[in-house]
Formats: sequence, C-alpha cells, structure tokens
Amino acid sequence: MTSVPLESDAVTSAGRVVVAMSGGVDSSVAAAMLVEEGADAIGVTMKLSESESRCCSLEDAEDARRVAERLGIKFYVANYAQAFGREVIETFADDYLAALTPIPCIACNKSFKFDHLLERARVFGAERVATGHYARLEHDPETGAARLFRGRDRQKDQSYFLFPLTQDQLRAASFPVGELTKDEVRDRARSLGLGTAEKPESQEICFVPDGDYAKVVERLRPEATRLRGEIVDETGRVLGEHRGVHHFTVGQRHGLGISSDRRLYVLRIDPREQKVVVGGVEGLDCPRAQVERVNWIAGCAPEAPLRVRVQVRHRHDAARATVTPLPVDRAAIAFEEPVRAVAPGQAAVFYDEATDEEVIGGGWLVRGDG
Amino acid sequence: MRIYLDHNATTPVRPEVVDAMAEVLGGVHGNPSSVYEEGQAARARLEAARAQVASVLGATSDDVRFTGGATEANNTLLLGLLSPGDHVVTTAIEHPSVTAPLEVLEPRGVIVTRIAPDEDGCVAADEVLAAIRPETKLVSVIWANNETGALQPVEAIAAAATDRGIPVHSDATQAVGKLAIDLSRVPLDYLSTSAHKLGGPKGAGALVVRGGRDVPAYLLGGGQEKGQRGGTENVAGLVGFGVACALAEAELEERVERYAALRDRLWQGLQDKVGQVRWNGDRERALTNTLNVEFEGLAGEVLVQALDLEGVAVSAGAACHSGSIDPSKVLTAMGRSPEQARASLRLSVGHGLDEAAIDHAVGLFTTLMPRVRAMEGA
Repeated sequence: MTSVPLESDAVTSAGRVVVAMSGGVDSSVAAAMLVEEGADAIGVTMKLSESESRCCSLEDAEDARRVAERLGIKFYVANYAQAFGREVIETFADDYLAALTPIPCIACNKSFKFDHLLERARVFGAERVATGHYARLEHDPETGAARLFRGRDRQKDQSYFLFPLTQDQLRAASFPVGELTKDEVRDRARSLGLGTAEKPESQEICFVPDGDYAKVVERLRPEATRLRGEIVDETGRVLGEHRGVHHFTVGQRHGLGISSDRRLYVLRIDPREQKVVVGGVEGLDCPRAQVERVNWIAGCAPEAPLRVRVQVRHRHDAARATVTPLPVDRAAIAFEEPVRAVAPGQAAVFYDEATDEEVIGGGWLVRGDG
Repeated sequence: MRIYLDHNATTPVRPEVVDAMAEVLGGVHGNPSSVYEEGQAARARLEAARAQVASVLGATSDDVRFTGGATEANNTLLLGLLSPGDHVVTTAIEHPSVTAPLEVLEPRGVIVTRIAPDEDGCVAADEVLAAIRPETKLVSVIWANNETGALQPVEAIAAAATDRGIPVHSDATQAVGKLAIDLSRVPLDYLSTSAHKLGGPKGAGALVVRGGRDVPAYLLGGGQEKGQRGGTENVAGLVGFGVACALAEAELEERVERYAALRDRLWQGLQDKVGQVRWNGDRERALTNTLNVEFEGLAGEVLVQALDLEGVAVSAGAACHSGSIDPSKVLTAMGRSPEQARASLRLSVGHGLDEAAIDHAVGLFTTLMPRVRAMEGA
C-alpha cells in the first residue's frame, strides 16, 4: 500500500473544528492536538442520556468542560438525549428481543458524532468534526477522497466502529489520536496537565453500565419479562427452559441454567419460537455469512468478489475471506477457515487482505449463513 | 465585539457602582456592628445604601433587610413563613427560587395552588384572588417574569388581598430598575429583589418587609438585619446595590423608553429580515427590555451556541447545570409545545447597547438562519 501523506493536519489548522469531547482522555488529547495545530477548536459534549449513566453523565461533561477551559477553547453541551433514547436505546432493546446481538456504539458513532454533530458543526461555521477514535484517515490529494485505516495502536484500534461512515463524513472527520498509542495519549495528557489523564477507560455500552443487558431490555419493553421458551439441543431435545431470548447471545456459554456433561454454547436463537439451540463448540463454526446495509468506504461496491480480511466483532483477529457484493447493499462472505460465533446483529468489517490496515467496508450480520 | 442581549440573566456592573465598591473595599474595612470609628463608618455606608434601595421602591429603610440576593430573599420568606396546613397561592411562572422552596414545603403539608398564565404569560388577578381560602397564609406572584418579561397584576392582587387580610409577596427581581415600583401606593407586604439585575454586583439583594412584620431568621448568628440574617454584612456589595438603585431611580423614565426603542428595533429587524418569528407574549404587558421569540421550527440550543460563536449572547429556556437546555416550563405553562419552547430565545436589552449593536445582531441572525434551517429536523 502506498502511503498518501496525511492532509488532515493542513486542513484542520486552517479553520474551525468541532471536537466531540466525552470527558475521557482520548478526546481530551484530540482537542489538545488540534489546538496545538492552530485550529479554532470548539469542544462539544453530547448529552445522550436523561439520567446520569456512566457515559455522558454530568460529571463527564464537567471533566470535558475543565479540559476545554484549560485549553482555552469554547465549550458547549449538545442535548441529544431524546433522539438517543429513540434511535439508539430503543433499537437496542428491540434488537435483543429479535435475538440479535446489537452493537449500539456503531450506530451511535455514525448518527450522533457524525450525522448530528457534523450538522451542528456546519451551523457553527466549522467544516470538520474531530473525535478521540483510534483510527487514521488519509485523503487523496487529487480527489479529496478519504481512506480509513486502523489506529496505529492495534490494541486500541476503533476502526471497526467507524465502518458506516460515508465519504462526506470521512472527508469532514479528523482522528488526531489515531497516530498515537494509548500510552502516548496518556503521556500527552499528563504533560499538558489535563485532569482526564488517568481517567479509567469505559468499556461497557454507556447506557448499560453494569453489563446487565436483559435488565435494560425489560425496563424498555416490560412485556419481555413474560417471555418463556425452551432450550434445546441440535436434535430438538428439550434441555431446559428460559425467561426470554433477550438473555442470550450466540456463543454464550455461561448462564444457560442447564447441566450437561459437555460444554454447551448457544448456537442459534429463534425469537419467533422463543427457542435457544445449544450444542458443542464445533456447532459455532461458520463457513459463510451474509451482511446487509453494507457500506463501502470508497462510496461504491467493488465490481467483482474481493479477497479481504473480515472482523466479525470488536476484538476479533480478522479472518481471510472472499466478499461478494450482492444487490441492494448486501454482501456474501465466504471464510477461508470457518469462523467461530458469528452473531447476527454484530458488524462484519472488511479490511484489505495484504496489510489488514485499511477499512474497505462493512455490514451488519444477518441470521442464517446466506 | 460582543453584543450582550441577556440582561435578564445578569447585567454588566455600572462603572459608578464599581467605583463606589472599590472605594469601600479599599478604604472602609470596619465591621458595621463594631462600636468604634471604623465600624461606624461601615455602618454609615450600609445605611446609606439601605436608604437608596428603599427609595427606588418607595419603601422605608426600616423595611429593607439585606440578603445575598433574591434567591435568599425568596427562600427566607417562604421557608420561614409557611407551616404544614398553610395554603399559598402562587403562579405557574415563578422563578425557581420560589418554585423550589414550595416543592420542598409541599410534602411537609403546605398546600400550593399555582395559577396558570394566559397565552401571553400573564395571570389574571381575579383567578389568583378566587383561589384564596380561609387557610391561605400567603399570595406570592412574580412582578415580571424573567423569561418573557410578562407583567403580572401584582398591584391589583395586593390591593384586593390586603382587603381580605391576606399578605402578598412579589418577586420583583426583574422589575426593579425596569419599571416604576412605589410601595407607598401598593399595599404589598413582601418584595424580593437583587442587585445584579440592575447594574449592581452579584451576591447582594434584599427582602423588603413592610410594616414591621416578623420573618423568622434564615441564617442564625450575630443578629444582623433585625435578627433575620446573621453574618457580617457584604458592605461593598450592598453599597454597590445602593448605587445601582440610585442610578435606576434617576434614569428610570429614560431607561424604560430607551429599552423599548432597542427592543422594538430588534423585533422589527427579526420580523423583516429573519421571518417565521413569533413573540411569546404581549408587547403591551411586558417589560420594555424583554423579547421572548420563537423561531419557528428551529433548535434554540443550536442557535444560542452559533450566535455565541459570532459574538452575540442570548439565552434559550432555562439552562440546567450541565449547560444543556431543557424546554422552558414558563413557555409550556403558556401553552407552547415542548418543540415551540425549544425553538424560543430570550432576548433582553439593557445598558451599553445602541442601535448599531442591535442592527449588527439582527444581521448575524440573518446570516445564521439559513445554516440553522438547513439542519435536518432543526
């Protein structure tokens, strides 16, 4: 892969940039880097929750505000709580009830940090939105076309979460910490005296701070508490009962509530029959998969099947595969070696085969192997 | 250049006030309670300020009990006066420093009747009076609402309620210095006010208590302010308050007209150049400095932020602590939908603005509007 010089620096230093500041260390340092470059940075914390959940809480907004004060930049809170509840949290609950394994952060990134915040940035007279994601961008000096790459720090890489971004959004995006490792980010935060330097990382989904997904689903969809169904093996033999498919995800081993002389995993979930199929680990092996709502970073699908590496969940070593574009934004994936626990509702993101660095596109895994 | 259009939030301190405060801070260090010369000097300044505050209100010095602001005055009165079983008549458009103490008192057995305003933000005097019961202990009605500037019929309510022996309180924080208040002609029993809304400093205010009534102490200590508020007085702040009141008294008529001219120019400009605007209120029944305006279909929060970046300070609804904006309870009480409330801005003029600044602000509104309207679902 030829390395195109990063153009983002030149562009950002010219003008006004909105920085999505969560109150964490990554976006704090992103804001600081833009200020160092001479950008007219405006910090914005997105209030996504009416209540005080871990992420986007008052405390985090205050952390972000203090960093902005320290950097001498303007700071605002943007209230998107209503839209977030409607577009992200409720969709999450419905997906769980449909026996999907949703990953709400991806839709949130796209629709809030890019659709909504970019819109607001443009009202502010800014053409760009910067975030604290560990990902890199390169811009073609001729066409301006944007290419998306994994962050330099492979342990922290967040490119998986950015696959649905459009060219318009990527051209307006800036990921200043993508060139750094997490340790370098913390060092910078320390040397700048930013109060967020030692702040622990948030790993969970922000509106499920204790990791109890089922509780969130039942709060939003109380009827879910009445769901009952059977746990069966691959032959259809009933092994036990359960209290709703929203308690299960594909690949899950713990909390099945049945005893067996072999290790059992959730292989498939049928929301209509409220049936959870369990079996040995070999039943999780998946030679093929199909994705919908595919986004190709270049803006259009390749004309022929493409050899790529496919990452089927956050923190998965991308597996070699051939991806074949199908009509209406779908694609078929044929893995070279079967991949374990491909969960409907998660994203499959395609990276270039040679380096496994550049995001080619991605889509949402659907039920069945296509 | 900054254009400050949020004088109902707070006002720039007048240079005359700054000078007087600086003189006190630099040269009058005594404790007003002390018997010796330094104390007497401080006492003299404090009492001069009290006379200035009393004068702008048509009250007597004896009536004026200094506080740390109108919030403290409202808390002192409501928390001190009302006991379980008492009934209070108030409005749905009070400032949070009235609504919050009442919300604390309600679960303790105080009964609260809140009179809703009409669509222009004004309550009807007869509705307030009709809500009075035998156990009514107090009527509390804001003089002019902080968000809309809507004037309430406090004088009529006070006259009628006093006839029936019911004490009346008014939070006049927004009204003092923006319209004539003459307590020698209005049988009002209690009035709250604050220095920083009329060119004075933050942290100084007063609870005016007419006719030697007793209000239980809110802060216990050295018995200052007739025992109502312990604690050494904020002499410099209160001296600043006094000067601000004296300026207001001297300039009042001119101020009322000047504010009206600027406010009307702003409204005319928004109607002519921006369009799709609606005045939340009635020009004839509002403070002459306040214009609460709905920009149909827009997000006020975004507009406030974008205007700030261009140098114009305005406010939308009531800012919550985190700085994000919830729909105004005052506007929803006036029958506006949450969307209409979110689309509304409060523009309030004051000292230091001129026609050129207003025209410049209108120009910025005009420039920003297509960008804001381009937002999806803005």
